[in-house]
Amino acid sequence: MNTPTSTQAAASGSDIPRARISRSFWHSVARRLSRDPVTIACTTVLLVIALVAVFAPVIAPYDPYKTSILVRLAPMGHPDHLLGTDELGRDLLTRLIYGARTSLFMGFAPILLATLIGGTLGIVAGYAGGATNMIIMRTIDVFYAFPSVLLAVAISGVLGAGIFNSLVSLTLVFIPSLARVGESVTTQVRNQDFVVAARATGASDWQIIRGHVLSNVVGPVMIYASSLVSVAIVLASGLSFLGLGIVPPEAEWGSMLSTLRPAIYIAPMNAILPGIMIFVTSMCANLISDGLRTAMDVKV
Amino acid sequence: MQISPLKQTLPSAETPLVTVEDLRVRFRSRDFNVPVVNGVSFSLGKGEVLCLLGESGSGKSVTMRALMRLFPSTAVVSGKINVDGHDILGLSRSKLRAIRGAVVSMIFQEPMTSLDPVFTIGSQIAESVMFHEGASRRQAELRALELLELVQVPSAKRRLIAYPHELSGGLRQRAMIALALACRPKLLLADEPTTALDATVQIQILLLLRELQHELGMATIFVTHDLGVACEVADRVAVMYAGRFVEQGSITQVMDNPSHPYTQGLLRSTVHEGVRGVRLETIPGSPPDLAELPAGCSFAPRCGFVRPDCTMAVPHDATVGQGHSARCVLVG
Amino acid sequence: MNATTGNTEADRKAGLEQPILAAENLKKYFPLGGSFFRSQTAYVKGVDDVSFDVRKGETLGIVGESGCGKSTTARVLIRLLTPDSGVVRINGKVVGAPDGISVRDMRRRVQMVFQDSYASLNPRLTIEDSVTFGLRANGVPKKAALEKAHEILGLVGLEPDLFAQRYSHEISGGQRQRVNIARALALSPEVVILDEAVSALDKSVEAQVLNLLQDLKQSLDLTYVFISHDLNVVQYVSDRVMVMYLGKSIEIGPVEDIYARPLHPYTRGLLASRLPMDPRRRVQSAPVTGDPPNPVNPPSGCRFRTRCAWAEHVCAQREPQLTEARGAHRVACHAHIPGSGHSGPAKWEGVDAD
Repeated sequence: MNTPTSTQAAASGSDIPRARISRSFWHSVARRLSRDPVTIACTTVLLVIALVAVFAPVIAPYDPYKTSILVRLAPMGHPDHLLGTDELGRDLLTRLIYGARTSLFMGFAPILLATLIGGTLGIVAGYAGGATNMIIMRTIDVFYAFPSVLLAVAISGVLGAGIFNSLVSLTLVFIPSLARVGESVTTQVRNQDFVVAARATGASDWQIIRGHVLSNVVGPVMIYASSLVSVAIVLASGLSFLGLGIVPPEAEWGSMLSTLRPAIYIAPMNAILPGIMIFVTSMCANLISDGLRTAMDVKV
Repeated sequence: MQISPLKQTLPSAETPLVTVEDLRVRFRSRDFNVPVVNGVSFSLGKGEVLCLLGESGSGKSVTMRALMRLFPSTAVVSGKINVDGHDILGLSRSKLRAIRGAVVSMIFQEPMTSLDPVFTIGSQIAESVMFHEGASRRQAELRALELLELVQVPSAKRRLIAYPHELSGGLRQRAMIALALACRPKLLLADEPTTALDATVQIQILLLLRELQHELGMATIFVTHDLGVACEVADRVAVMYAGRFVEQGSITQVMDNPSHPYTQGLLRSTVHEGVRGVRLETIPGSPPDLAELPAGCSFAPRCGFVRPDCTMAVPHDATVGQGHSARCVLVG
Repeated sequence: MNATTGNTEADRKAGLEQPILAAENLKKYFPLGGSFFRSQTAYVKGVDDVSFDVRKGETLGIVGESGCGKSTTARVLIRLLTPDSGVVRINGKVVGAPDGISVRDMRRRVQMVFQDSYASLNPRLTIEDSVTFGLRANGVPKKAALEKAHEILGLVGLEPDLFAQRYSHEISGGQRQRVNIARALALSPEVVILDEAVSALDKSVEAQVLNLLQDLKQSLDLTYVFISHDLNVVQYVSDRVMVMYLGKSIEIGPVEDIYARPLHPYTRGLLASRLPMDPRRRVQSAPVTGDPPNPVNPPSGCRFRTRCAWAEHVCAQREPQLTEARGAHRVACHAHIPGSGHSGPAKWEGVDAD
C-alpha cells in the first residue's frame, strides 16, 4: 500500500495493522456477531420460536384442528385456553404453535432455494460476462419489472393454493433480486487483481470460482438474502390471507389473521395475536440481517 | 526564481501563521484503537513551505488535514491548532466552513476527488469565489478565467466550460490548484499533489506550485513521501515516523546532515542514479504496527544504533544546529 | 509479421542466442463505445506494433508514462489479453499456435507480479492458500503443494511458521508483495513479469524488495521483464531498457546506452524530468511541456511530435520505425534516421556530459 493511498487508508483506519492472532473472515464475523446484544437477543427469539415449532406436537396443549362450538372466541386468560380460542373454538396457542411451522418454513425455505438458484445464476452471469451475462440478466430483468407482491399473487393465482405452490411462487419472486446481487458482486470480484493473478497461474474457471470468487461473493449475497427473510414471511402470510397460500384448516399465521379478521371488534386481542407473531418474527429476522451486515462490514 | 528561496529558518519576530501544540490523534472504533499522531508541535511563518515527509502510516496526512479539521468520524483529537488567529479545533461548524477555502485550502493527489464531475471547471471556481467573497456571478467568472490563466492552463477561456473528465491529468491538477487558490488562501495544504502524475507532468506542476507560492506568498504544507519532491519545494522539512516528528530542519540541513537514523536510512535506501550494480542499503524490518508501538523510540526495533536507553522513553527533540533538531538519543 | 523481423528471427534461430521470450508486432486495440450495435469506430491503440525480445537471464526494463501501453504489453505477454495481431514466442515456440506452446503451458513458464499487493491477494485466503492455489490448480497434490509453498515463503524472507497461516490484511505492504512474489514463483517459472511491482511500496521497503528480486534472480536463474514508471529503479535493475510512448516502442537498447546517451527526444525529456534530490540544484524549467495526448486520437506520424522541440514537417507525415542507431541501440525518431528528410537532432547538453 503506497503513500498515495495511505492517506485515505489511514483515515479510514484500514491500513492499520490489527490483531496479532490470525483470524479468518468468518471467524471474525462470528466473533463480532457474538458480541452484538441485539443479534443475540433476536437469534434467541427466533430459535425459541423454531424449537417450539419443531416440537409442536409435544408442546401444544390441544389438537390444532379440534373445534368447539361452545368456546368460540374465548378471551385471553380463559381457564382452559391460555391465549383464548378462534372463531371455531380452536385453541389459539396451539394454532399459533402449529402456525409457526408453516410460517417459518415459508420464510426461510423460499429464500434458501432462491439464494441457491439466483446466486448461481448471478455468479455464472457475472463471471462469464458477455453474451451469457446478457441472456441471463435480461431474462431476469423481465421478472424484475413486476412488483414482488404482484408477481407472487400472479404466480400463486396460476398455480393455485397450497404449501408447495406458495413455495414455488415465492422462490420465483426472490430469484431475480438475488441473482442481481450475485451478479454485481461477482463482476466486481472478477476484475480484482487476485482473480487475474489466479487466471495467470493457468487455473480453470471452475477452480477460480471455487477458490476465489465464492468466498468473496457468499458474504454479500448472504446479507441480502437474510434481509429478505422477513419479506418472505410477510409475503407468505399475505398470500394465505388472500387465500392463495395455505388452505384452511391448516394453521398458518397469515391465514389465521385472515379468518380472525371479522372478529376484530368482538375479540380484538385474539385477532391481533397472529399479526404480532408475524411482526416479531420478521422484525427479528431483519435485525439479525442488520447485525450480519455490520459484522461483515470490515475492510479486511 | 534564479536562486531558489531557501529562506531563513530563524524563528521570526512576527507571530507565526500556524501554531500546532501537542497534536494527538487516535482512531477509535469497535475494532481498533490506534494512535496515529502522537504529539506533534510546530509553527509555520507566513509564506513558508514546510514538507511533511514520511511513509504510509507515519501520520503525515492526518497531521496536515488536522489544520482544516478534516478527520474521519472515528478520530479522537487533542492538542491546540491555531491558524491565522483561529482556534481550529474549537471553531463552530459554520465558522469552520467559512475558513475552509478562504484561509486554508487544500489540493489533493487525485483531482477527481475534489472536483465535482457534474459542473464545469469555471462554474466550480466561480461558485467558490461567490461563496467566500460574496462576489457577483459576473465578477466571479472573470476571476475564474484569471485563475486558470494564473495556473497556466492553455486556452483558458475554452477550458472554463469544460467538465473535469474532459481534461487530461495535468490540466485537471492545474484546475484543482486554481480552485484551491480561488479565494487567496493564506495557507495551502498539498497532499501528495504530484504523486499520481507522470514524471514529465510532475515536474511542470512542481514548478507551477513553486512559482505560485513565491508570487502569492502563501504558507504551504506539503505532504510527500518523495525526497526528490521535498528537495524541489520545501523550505523546511519535518520527517515523520509513527506519528512523531523525528527530525526537522531546513531542507538543506536535513539533506546535508541527516541526523536521525531513520532519515539517514531513508536517504540511503532511495534508489538514485549511480547505485547500479551496488546492493541497496535498506532499513530492515517493516513500518511499525501503530496499535502496538514499542515503548520509547518507535524506530528502535529497526535501528542499527539502538542502545538500552532508546526503549526507556521517547527521546526528546535534541538540537542539531540552528533550527535543526532530531528525536534521537545519539544527538546532543 | 513483416519481413525484417522475420529475417532477424531466422538469424537468431540459426545462432545460439534464442530469446526466451519474444514479442513480434504485438497489437492490442481497445474499442470504444457501443459493443451492442457495433457502431464504434474509435479505438485506443493500447499496444501498437511492438516487437522486442528478452534473452535468458537478463532483465528487460520497460518504461513509460501512464497510458503508454506498458501494462497492456505485460497482459498480452501472459495472455490475460488476447493480442489483435502479432505473436509471442517462448523459446521460439508460438504461444497458442497448434504447433507451438499452449497458453496453459506458457503460464507455467511465465508468471506475473502485480502492482497492488493488496488487491492481488484474496482477503479470504491464508497466505499459504494463496501461494498453493496455482500449484493445486496445476494438479500438484495438497501435501507437496504445501511443502513447496513453505519453501518459497522461506525463500522470499517470510518465515512459514510465522506467516503461512496469516491473512493478507494482517501483514505489511512489503510482506504482502513478498507473498505475491512467492505466488508467482510457486510454479517455478522461467520468466517473471514485474508490473510496477515495487511502485506502491514505501521507499525503505522498496529497497528490500529490489534486493530480494536480485537475489531470487541469481539463485533461481530467472529472467525478468520489469515494468515501471520509476526511471531510477529501472536503471538499477535492467540490463536493457525499452521506452514506450502512446502504445509505441520508441527506443530500446542497453541500459548504460539509454541512460547515458538517450537518442529519442522523449527519452531525453523523461530522463531530464527525474528530480535531482538536491535542494541547491532545483529544476528550473520543465524538460517536456504539456500532457501526453489522448491515446484515442494519437497525432499522425510520430506520436511525440506535438510535444517535441525537434518536430519538423516529416514528423507529421510519416511514422518513424525503430531503426538501429548504435549497435543494439535502436530508436524510432526521424532525426536519427539518415535520409528521412529530417535535418537531424539538435545539440543537447544533458546526460551526454557525463
